[in-house]
Amino acid sequence: MSKPVIATASLAGCFGCHMSFLDIDERILDLIELVEFDKSPIDDIKKFSRPVDIGLIEGGCCNAENVEVLRYFRKNCKILVSVGECAVMGGLPAMRNTIPLKECLEEAYLNSPTVAPEDRLIPADEDIPILLDRVYPCHEIVKIDYFLPGCPPSADLIWEALTALVQGRPLRLEYELVKYD
Amino acid sequence: MPDKIKFTVDGKECQAEAGMTIYEAAKANGIYIPVLCHYEGLKPVGSCRICSVRVNGRWMAACTQPVTPGMVIENASPDVEEYRKAIIEMLFVEGNHFCPACEKSGNCELQALAYRYQILVPQFPYLFPKKDIEAFPKFLLEHNRCVQCQRCIRAIQAPDGKKVFAMKHRSGRVRINVDRKLAARLSDEEAQKAMDICPVGAILRKEVGFRIPIGRRKYDRRPIGSEIEEKK
Repeated sequence: MSKPVIATASLAGCFGCHMSFLDIDERILDLIELVEFDKSPIDDIKKFSRPVDIGLIEGGCCNAENVEVLRYFRKNCKILVSVGECAVMGGLPAMRNTIPLKECLEEAYLNSPTVAPEDRLIPADEDIPILLDRVYPCHEIVKIDYFLPGCPPSADLIWEALTALVQGRPLRLEYELVKYD
Repeated sequence: MPDKIKFTVDGKECQAEAGMTIYEAAKANGIYIPVLCHYEGLKPVGSCRICSVRVNGRWMAACTQPVTPGMVIENASPDVEEYRKAIIEMLFVEGNHFCPACEKSGNCELQALAYRYQILVPQFPYLFPKKDIEAFPKFLLEHNRCVQCQRCIRAIQAPDGKKVFAMKHRSGRVRINVDRKLAARLSDEEAQKAMDICPVGAILRKEVGFRIPIGRRKYDRRPIGSEIEEKK
């Protein structure tokens, strides 16, 4: 039987959840025995090459590219997991959700004291993904099957969830594994 | 001494003094009923309903309802727990609770309740309401995190008994209002008391924060309520 295939992505996140994933330390050797990686920043595979069993999503959706990548993952992954506060609830990027987008852009690109007068310009190149009106948790864009909170979720939580999914057993959630910070 | 009152919680036979609330009576028997707006020593108001229990088939707030003989109390029934979980989730989505950026994280009772119930994601959509932050000489009032438990209103008073905190508006617009003159006269100790009594990170002392390292905070290792349950 072939190994389960996993894929990962970082949307509007800081890559901290991926770093936490790497914090599984020497268990990474067990992981390689257990699964194969497809599209992921870890192996730099850009496109899905086969159907994927488990997709891990870090970060929420703040722009059109995030939405596209998330939908691409949903289409190609049997199970999709929101990993970390940003994927689960928008996280720190969602702090802009109570401020109109126009005000955010004006503050960043026009009125900020660090913007030189000659640089005052809101970027509008068509190659730059367009910003959404607010930051959306992943499950408000596509169906998400499981959620791992934490900023970042601890390596132990990611490991426990991943091995539980791969082995098809229930999750053992110790008290200390569920944290929001 | 009057006879003790006999009642049951989830089938367990319990005894308590007359005049105790259901919450206090359960606590005296080593049973934890989760509370949020309630705080030891303050007059209970029963505003958050997280302490809801079912007594002889009817919903009651355990922090305000006195225990009476023969009460059959359900505290751990699956639907009671689901009901409480839903309230906690509503409090999360109705505010802007960015735990990773909050000074109270790890010591927050709302977060601790969510940890106890192992809430991974709320069942309701996030509302991201527009709220503000007010600054006073000794503390900050973070309306994004306020759950309107009214603990500060009940606990913090000026020497002449005047309240420093009060409610303003009603229903969905309700918010905590501060008497600026009285707030300016608060001592460091009183400001600290206000911060400690706030279950969430809505009242924050200025110039201190993140003092306790991660791993040593109140709810890092032990669930809220475990100190009551361990006394059994």
